Amino acid sequence: MKYTIKDATTGTEYICRDDESIFRAMHKSGRSIFKGGCEGGGCGICKVKILEGDYVKFKNMSRAHVSEDEEEQGIVLACCVKPLESIVLTKEI
Amino acid sequence: MAITKTIRPGLIQMRVTDLKASVEFYQNVLGLDIVGQTSDGRVMLKTYDEFDHHSVVLKQAPESGFDYVAFKVVDADTLEELKAATEAFGYPVDIASDEQPGFGKRYGFKLCTGHRIELYADVELAEKIPMLKNPDPWVEMPRGMRAQRFDHLLLYGPNIAEAERYFIEVLGMFAPEICDTPDGKPFARWLTGGNKAHDIAFVEYERPNTIHHHAFYLEDWNAIGNAADLIGKHRVKRDVGPTRHAITRGQTIYFFEPSGNRIETYAGGYAAYPDNPQREWDIDEIGRGLFYYEGELFPSFLEIVT
Ligand code: FES
Ligand SMILES: [Fe+2]
Repeated sequence: MKYTIKDATTGTEYICRDDESIFRAMHKSGRSIFKGGCEGGGCGICKVKILEGDYVKFKNMSRAHVSEDEEEQGIVLACCVKPLESIVLTKEI
Repeated sequence: MAITKTIRPGLIQMRVTDLKASVEFYQNVLGLDIVGQTSDGRVMLKTYDEFDHHSVVLKQAPESGFDYVAFKVVDADTLEELKAATEAFGYPVDIASDEQPGFGKRYGFKLCTGHRIELYADVELAEKIPMLKNPDPWVEMPRGMRAQRFDHLLLYGPNIAEAERYFIEVLGMFAPEICDTPDGKPFARWLTGGNKAHDIAFVEYERPNTIHHHAFYLEDWNAIGNAADLIGKHRVKRDVGPTRHAITRGQTIYFFEPSGNRIETYAGGYAAYPDNPQREWDIDEIGRGLFYYEGELFPSFLEIVT
């Protein structure tokens, strides 16, 4: 399956497979909202808030960047989550 | 070969958020061998071409990043001498209490940049070492990127002027290359205790105890190409390269392991001598210094650390 990831700030849309991270979908497009990143949940550059849509976390996120509280509020590292449906997110947390 | 008091950075311990995936990566993509596991579950690794018991330790942790690096010094007397000199410099020294199988006494202290640095003189030989009698280049055909040794590391932290002073005045290293800000403050330092262009480097940064990368030595430019093929094949997140540094002149490719720590595979580089004049970079030329072919800086390169 493929879903749409939309950045609420710029309105930019990305195609994301259900077996790849949101970060990778953005990265592959060449129009990512992130200037690079570790894609390993370590550097924190891809921290976003999910505004709409369901997702699944498949990788540990460094606690240096996302606390348990934040995680409960839908704040995630985009390289550690895959979409379960189309997603709207923002970098402005 | 050491020409000062330290032989090499011989041991690095890194924190990883996914121990299983990271170990798998070091083993099959970088090509290191697993030496074993400590009683608390840390995993010890080494390259096929290293002699010492192990050189890399990965530790499961809630955050990725740097734990410590340990420098091997020439002998036991030098170790005691450096311990006293470190204390005289102003850093309280402790004896490392966490187990590193095969290693003798390790002294440790916290550098002004927030990083733990250790010193040791004794370590056992590993079970699997390169051949000594009529040696072939390798015993078993090297795997993956065919990493030959843990080569160097780049740390980010505050007050690298003091860090430089410690490594030069106490450890007896020298800085073949430097880069200052326009107002004359250190921006980056490359330091070595031997003929390698660098054993350790520092970049001035507000946040203490962060690491930019640790690097493994590859044989040559062809090996860098092989590493790039593996990056494509294994969907590794590449950062920069393959390219060449004007600084140290090494050929290089940067990427991230599965827990997000940046790794460099590095080949070549000039031979450094303590009596050679120092090379100096203007900060507005540093893009070309770091990435000679591109001639520009990449924001991800300066800003992303663990
Ligand atoms: S890109 Fe580094 S944490 Fe996601
Ligand atoms: Fe490097």
